[in-house]
Amino acid sequence: MADNLNGWLWAALQTLLFIGGAPLLAGWIKRLKCHLQNRAAPSILQPYRDLAKLFAKDLVLAHDASWIFRVTPYVVFGAMLLAAAVVPLVAVPLPTAAIADVIVLVGFFALARFFQALAGMDIGTAFGGMGASREMTVASLAEPAMLMAIFTLTMTASTTNLSVAIQYILNAGLVLRPSFLFALLSLAMVAVAETGRIPIDNPATHLELTMLHEATVLEYSARHLALIDWAGMVKLMIYAVLISNIFLPWGIARHLTLPGLALGTVAVAAKLALLAVLLALWETVLAKMRLFRVPQFLGFAFVLSLLGILTHVILESAL
Amino acid sequence: MHLTDLSLFSQGILVSAALVLFTSFVMLAQARIQPLIYAFAWQGALLSITTALVALVSGHTHLYISALLTFGLKALLIPWMLYRLTRRLHIQYDVEIVAHPSLTLLAGTVLVVFCYYVALPIAQLSTLVTRNTIAVSMATVLLGMLLMISRRTAVAQVIGFMSIENGLFFAAVASTYGMPMIVELGVAFDVLVAAVLFGVFFFQIRTSIDSLDVDRLNRLSERGE
Amino acid sequence: MSPLILAYVAVAGALLSGVVALAADRFPAALRAGSFSILGIAGVTAVAAGGWALVTGTRTTAQLPFGLPWLNWHLRLDPLSGFFMAIVGIAVIAVSLYGPGYVREYERDRHAHQAASGESQPRNSLATLGLFTGIFVAGMLAVLLADDAFVFMIAWELMSVSSYLLVAYQHDNPANRHAAFLYLLLAEIGALVILLAFGVLAGFGGNFTFDAMRAAHLSPAWASLAFVLALFGFGMKAGMVPLHVWLPEAHPAAPSHISALMSGVMLKVAIYGLIRFVFDLLGHPQWSWGLTTLAIGTATAVLGVLYAVTQNDLKRLLAYSSVENIGIILMGLGLGMIFIGTGHPVLGAVALLAALYHSLNHAVFKTLLFLGAGAVLYRTHERDLDHLGGLIRRMPATAFFMLIGCFSIAALPPFNGFVSEWLTLQAALQVPALSSGVLRSIIPIAAALLALTTALAAATFVKVYGVAFLGQPRTRHVAHAREVGLGMRAGMGLLALLCVVLGVVPTLVIRLISPITRGLLHLSPAGATVRGWLWLTPVSPHVASYSAPLVVAAMAFTFLAGYLLLHRRARSARRSDPWDCGFGGLNARMQYTSTAFAQPIRRVFAPVWQIDEHVDKVQNSATRYTSMRHQLHVTDWSWSAVYLPIGRLVLAAARRVGRIQTGSIRIYLAYSFFTLLLLLWLIT
Repeated sequence: MADNLNGWLWAALQTLLFIGGAPLLAGWIKRLKCHLQNRAAPSILQPYRDLAKLFAKDLVLAHDASWIFRVTPYVVFGAMLLAAAVVPLVAVPLPTAAIADVIVLVGFFALARFFQALAGMDIGTAFGGMGASREMTVASLAEPAMLMAIFTLTMTASTTNLSVAIQYILNAGLVLRPSFLFALLSLAMVAVAETGRIPIDNPATHLELTMLHEATVLEYSARHLALIDWAGMVKLMIYAVLISNIFLPWGIARHLTLPGLALGTVAVAAKLALLAVLLALWETVLAKMRLFRVPQFLGFAFVLSLLGILTHVILESAL
Repeated sequence: MHLTDLSLFSQGILVSAALVLFTSFVMLAQARIQPLIYAFAWQGALLSITTALVALVSGHTHLYISALLTFGLKALLIPWMLYRLTRRLHIQYDVEIVAHPSLTLLAGTVLVVFCYYVALPIAQLSTLVTRNTIAVSMATVLLGMLLMISRRTAVAQVIGFMSIENGLFFAAVASTYGMPMIVELGVAFDVLVAAVLFGVFFFQIRTSIDSLDVDRLNRLSERGE
Repeated sequence: MSPLILAYVAVAGALLSGVVALAADRFPAALRAGSFSILGIAGVTAVAAGGWALVTGTRTTAQLPFGLPWLNWHLRLDPLSGFFMAIVGIAVIAVSLYGPGYVREYERDRHAHQAASGESQPRNSLATLGLFTGIFVAGMLAVLLADDAFVFMIAWELMSVSSYLLVAYQHDNPANRHAAFLYLLLAEIGALVILLAFGVLAGFGGNFTFDAMRAAHLSPAWASLAFVLALFGFGMKAGMVPLHVWLPEAHPAAPSHISALMSGVMLKVAIYGLIRFVFDLLGHPQWSWGLTTLAIGTATAVLGVLYAVTQNDLKRLLAYSSVENIGIILMGLGLGMIFIGTGHPVLGAVALLAALYHSLNHAVFKTLLFLGAGAVLYRTHERDLDHLGGLIRRMPATAFFMLIGCFSIAALPPFNGFVSEWLTLQAALQVPALSSGVLRSIIPIAAALLALTTALAAATFVKVYGVAFLGQPRTRHVAHAREVGLGMRAGMGLLALLCVVLGVVPTLVIRLISPITRGLLHLSPAGATVRGWLWLTPVSPHVASYSAPLVVAAMAFTFLAGYLLLHRRARSARRSDPWDCGFGGLNARMQYTSTAFAQPIRRVFAPVWQIDEHVDKVQNSATRYTSMRHQLHVTDWSWSAVYLPIGRLVLAAARRVGRIQTGSIRIYLAYSFFTLLLLLWLIT
């Protein structure tokens, strides 16, 4: 029981690390992008300062905002908190992973998105509705690809529990799996779409008509905006951690020992930093797509994940 | 035998085979001419890597020669010739409008499942390391045909044709560790000659119908328009 | 006393409620107070009877001395029929709470009409409404009790015909008459096909009782034929694509509480019929049947939701969404047949469980949503989403219940729709157990399409809720809407509560419905609740687990923390105008409409519909448009591709046959004469 309690305590600590570290990752990406684009870079701690400032400000609400609008930031943040709690970050043994498997994780994202879209429509402006409509369309195209990528993983590890799956991959050692290659690419494309990065959406846009995600949060201010922004950073981090810890799990702590955890923290930090470099490069090289090119982008992600399944069945099964 | 029991090199064969299949899909999805040629070059390169890996695992040294030949011919020479052709015809930036790109890709995946179903009895008879890749090589052939069917420009058609040849070569490697050397040399030479002839034809078609759109060749039918 | 006796009471109660309603034209209170309360009692009894059969897992049978001389009525209540009886009962309870308030609309309408036209005969008779509601409910309950094909078909027809009359209730509208006729036509074709399916079984069993059919030994070919007939017949009633066309016409035409019963419950009775036929009477499903069902189910789900997302009529949208959910249920059943047919009954039980759970969930949330749509209709007289808006401030309770319904149908954790879709996906994820590589590569595609369906359903219900309940009112009616009465709120509230309960404690529900799989497959998915009530583990804890109570607890914790840390300490919010790009004067017409919301999806999946869209612009000078008119018609593609050709074919055939009809009596006599000769020749 003591061991069990330890595990739960660790899970809580890890979730805090997740939530606390997310702005750092966002700051790092922003800094890298500035460097790549020959702009003066803000400090890596800038997101923390922004959040602190927003939390201190007074709230302004639109006249027509109902309770849905006010509740949404908390629901969105809560959903991300839950999602962060079930993804192994530093160590594999994570009792909270049993609360929700990968599919429920996708469900949490859906819950947050649903509320965000409702909040966008709550004010009764055109931008909010536009953002909601586009966000739901993109999400509905991304979800099948995401699920197929997850399927590839689960067909190999025969589990949807993230802890168990990562444990399985670690136990198998270094195996070149063509299916994982496809799943990785597909998941990366889905992650780009779901977290609202270039080329699907521009997180830094100020033009209302080109907004997807931003259009739904246009009316938010102060602590509400802080929560939503923070939740967005956590979501980005969750995807980054999923990609790095599922496909390159090495370095993650297999037991809850102090040196193991230290090594795990360093390893995951290094992996995320590297992934951030790739993302910054990708966002610098590419331009935002037209909205109606997005289906093709996500269609290709779907075909990739489908190829993942097919290569798993064709090439990796024992005869 | 499970995947984890195979050596890393054997796993490498599977990965590069999967990538060959992937390049076929990239070609199906790619509407622009130049990236299409690059994708074709990558397919050739991956094919030669696969062949080299098969040589390494199986110990058939003549496959190294095949790999080299594939690399020189299909990853370098023919793509370079096509590239030069497109530049000389000033079509290198052309974008072809592909009707229902997503449907074509989905049809491609259906083809892969079909090939798997068809190749299953063959694979069960075989004892080679590469037996699982037979379905993939068949799929490469059929995807090349699909490319030819779904495209209208002559260059894309030629790439589809060459990709079919890639698939046939791959099938030979996967099912019997390659054809006899003399046959392979002959086929390689044929492909090269075909590429040259296609180049000549492009100019001919272009001068006679003023386009590289093969649908325009309908005009040559007896019925006329 | 046995559960069967209770079930008799429920059927009798439903019939009695119909009889009591006969007085309604003279005393309107008879319908409101008398008929609906008796119906409510019948609903409670049905839940009690079904629950009893489920909890004890017993099977009670009886023979009643009615019916044909050589075939008494065979009745039976086992866990499967008990489960569906409880579903019917729940919806009936909610409707009987909701109904008294809702029918005031018709009363008022009637008086107004009578006064205006001076006719002595009222336009819409309340008596017929009550009578056929009672018969309809009784018919559904009796279908569940039937243990021979004769009783089954009689009850089935009772259900079909009475619901036809209810669809035709507002018959002064030609569209409703057309809808009702279409419904009756397709329902009767479906019933004929079901009769044929029973005929095949009876031919081998030698008798029309279900026991004889169970004992029959069919060759695989005959079994497959029976399966195809049953799938067609029951699928017609359930709304399987492409046999679904009657559904979006008929369900909106009926009064809302009847639509709720039809969409929420009657479709489930058809699902019950399919399960009963395939898993119980036929037994030993083959994997190819499963693959067929899975493919049709997937198509039904995807097309259903795509048709739903483009609808602007709230009730039509909900009807199409029922098609989608029937697709999801069929997917679960198909997976079950595949697993059982390939020798994995434990996994098959998981898939069957998912289908049953989704049947229950869909009954609850779709009834809720139809009742909510009815409440909106009752107060605003609008079904068109593009005329609604801002109802959350005017009808707060209805808006809250509808929100829960939308969460549930959009499969968001921790609500009930999520649990059943999660179970269906988990069942699909067990494909590595199959030995056929082709199946292993096809089933994931179906699962991915299920994910697409779920995501599109979320988009659909964001649209419904966002356009109808949020934002600003788009018309004057809507701006003056008021909250509905207590009874109507109670009916919706009960279902909303059930949505939450079924979502938060799925393990208890699964423990409750596992006697069904024990009865059908002689095993129960014991792994599902192996770690106690807190954890749902459909296959085993290592493979997948979900703990809704903990999710709810964590959500509650975040809210509490947010409230304590942020909300309580902050000063109250300032209100201001929303961002209008500096132009000012945002009004309700500038909001995103339902049509606009669906536009990206309509464009991405364009081949699915027949879209007729054009913009008329009036241009008075080279640079200015004075007015613009946008017209959009989105039609179901299956109508023109499947039904019109069949219709044309039938007409052509009729014209051929019509040629022998000359009108001359002597030629008709000659026909009779030659027929007689032929028959005489045949019998010798």
